[in-house]
Amino acid sequence: MTTPDPAYNFAYLDEQTKRMIRRAILKAVAIPGYQVPFASREMPMPYGWGTGGVQVTAALLGPEDVLKVIDQGADDTTNAVSIRAFFKRTAGVATTERTEEATIIQTRHRIPETPLTAKQILVYQVPIPEPLRFLEPRETETRTMHALQDYGLMHVKLYEDIATHGHIATTYAYPVKVAGRYVTDPSPTPKFDNPKMNRNAALQLFGAGREQRIYAIPPHTEVVSLDFEDHPFSVQTWDRPCELCGATDSFLDEVVMDDQGRRMFVCSDSDHCARRRSARPEAAA
Amino acid sequence: MYVSVKGGERAIRNAHRLLDKARRGDPGLPAISAAQIDQQLALAVDRVMTEGSLFDRELAALAIRQARGDLIEAIFLVRAYRTTLPRFGASVPVDTAAMTLRRRISATFKDLPGGQLLGPTFDYTQRLLDLDPEAPTAEGAPQTATAEEAAVPRVTDILGRDGLIEAEDGSEAPVADLTRDPLAFPAGRDLRLQSLARGDEGFLLALGYSTQRGYARTHPFAGEIRIGFVQVELYLEELGFAVVIGEIEVTEVQTVNQFKGSASAPPQFTRGYGLTFGYCERKAMSMALVDRALRWRELGEDDKGAPAQDEEFVLSHADNVQATGFVEHLKLPHYVDFQSELELVRKLRREQEERRASLEAAE
Repeated sequence: MTTPDPAYNFAYLDEQTKRMIRRAILKAVAIPGYQVPFASREMPMPYGWGTGGVQVTAALLGPEDVLKVIDQGADDTTNAVSIRAFFKRTAGVATTERTEEATIIQTRHRIPETPLTAKQILVYQVPIPEPLRFLEPRETETRTMHALQDYGLMHVKLYEDIATHGHIATTYAYPVKVAGRYVTDPSPTPKFDNPKMNRNAALQLFGAGREQRIYAIPPHTEVVSLDFEDHPFSVQTWDRPCELCGATDSFLDEVVMDDQGRRMFVCSDSDHCARRRSARPEAAA
Repeated sequence: MYVSVKGGERAIRNAHRLLDKARRGDPGLPAISAAQIDQQLALAVDRVMTEGSLFDRELAALAIRQARGDLIEAIFLVRAYRTTLPRFGASVPVDTAAMTLRRRISATFKDLPGGQLLGPTFDYTQRLLDLDPEAPTAEGAPQTATAEEAAVPRVTDILGRDGLIEAEDGSEAPVADLTRDPLAFPAGRDLRLQSLARGDEGFLLALGYSTQRGYARTHPFAGEIRIGFVQVELYLEELGFAVVIGEIEVTEVQTVNQFKGSASAPPQFTRGYGLTFGYCERKAMSMALVDRALRWRELGEDDKGAPAQDEEFVLSHADNVQATGFVEHLKLPHYVDFQSELELVRKLRREQEERRASLEAAE
């Protein structure tokens, strides 16, 4: 732990603002999957770069918390580094790269491979919280559609995918239904991660700063990826293991090695990969 | 390391050092001071204050210097700083009729009480680039008209005395504040005006221009443009009256628009309203045009489906700090999503190949 910058309140936001955000979080937890409007503040990082997640994290953090920040599954991607440095500076909290050590994990685009526990909160950064937005651009319309549980448009879209391509052609931000009520955007995580959201022991919170929305999936809540009986939901699979750690059950990133078409497939979750490699030193060539 | 974007901590530090160096430019040249920016690039300061929603010339000048002259970046710096400031209260509405005028023109009357006052304007200059590398100097003291001692009435007030223009809503109800409450639709005019006042000048300019070219045309006259200083008063509960806490410069534009009347209202002129900090005439005029276009429902006009009439479209996209953040976030790594799409494209191509092959085999 370091000393927080005295020029700012603990975790940057003033206490009134944090209280406002906590109220929104409580409402979100009470109505799983429902997008709660909140008066998002201007943060010292750009909109679209995680301001929603940062505000949720700021409202949750206490001095005893241990924070992990990942982007694309990795702790050392540039924006994750920047957000971690922000909280180190303004809150002075301890940070970690190890998933099981963290009490709060802020993420962009991935859910860690290591299963989460009831003592952890996963905070997602969300660009477009409205799963119906690309089918209907108007907020006034989509709010009504949610109120009436009018999700026919979404099913038609998925059906059209099947009619055109033979299968559902959505690979990330794959829509889910939370607690049997609200169709919800899982943020642009690959659909590979959708099953991890279902009945997860950890509290999952979603912050969209620019769009001023917070929503939640409480612990152990049912999360179902939308599908059809004859076209059940399925996740991406790879026909090879991670080339660094040998994992066969993790999401793999494709790394271009040269301009001759050589590729390498490695775990996107850098903590998961590093842990497996240190456990099997002979494989870590 | 196997991926170059990973291991970002040192790279970020070095990039920021490069930025510091680039910002300073040639160290053989004197550094530019915030005071120089305030005085000599005053209109940039005015824009940053307006769209940054913070009246502080010195902070705006510092932000412009830190942003290397990128005004949207400077606006962003000011907004982020503004978040950390405590809020003591709300002022009583400023009285623009009591403005100490620096500029005041009306396109609707040749002459009017208080007269036309051009002020320091680019209007009627010939846009000949001055190629003298030395900074132009003021030649002799300008001759100005003697300032009006008495308050100069607003043109809309003159029209209002005869009932020829719609009356202003004199409601004392608290106004909406999108910095404290999430934007919700439908938005009242107060909320729309706040959003437009903070909105991007270029966006509003284009929208205002589109109404002039026929996308929801309402024929506007520049009823009055007035620029000058107004007093800001705060009502203090302990004292039981309002006290002046400072003076700010503002630009106010009121357009006068035709209105043929409706079932409930007689034929009369209607208003579009624009207000900015400092001297931001183009922005204030654009704002007034868009404000008027957005009022179609309240005035019983037709929805022409024009962008400038669409409140949700205008208000959701007017803020340049939001817009620039989301556009520029495309620079962030997206390789997890891209990987998913890559797999899908390969699969679709493979399936197409297979279909073609089986078709050919069947022939």
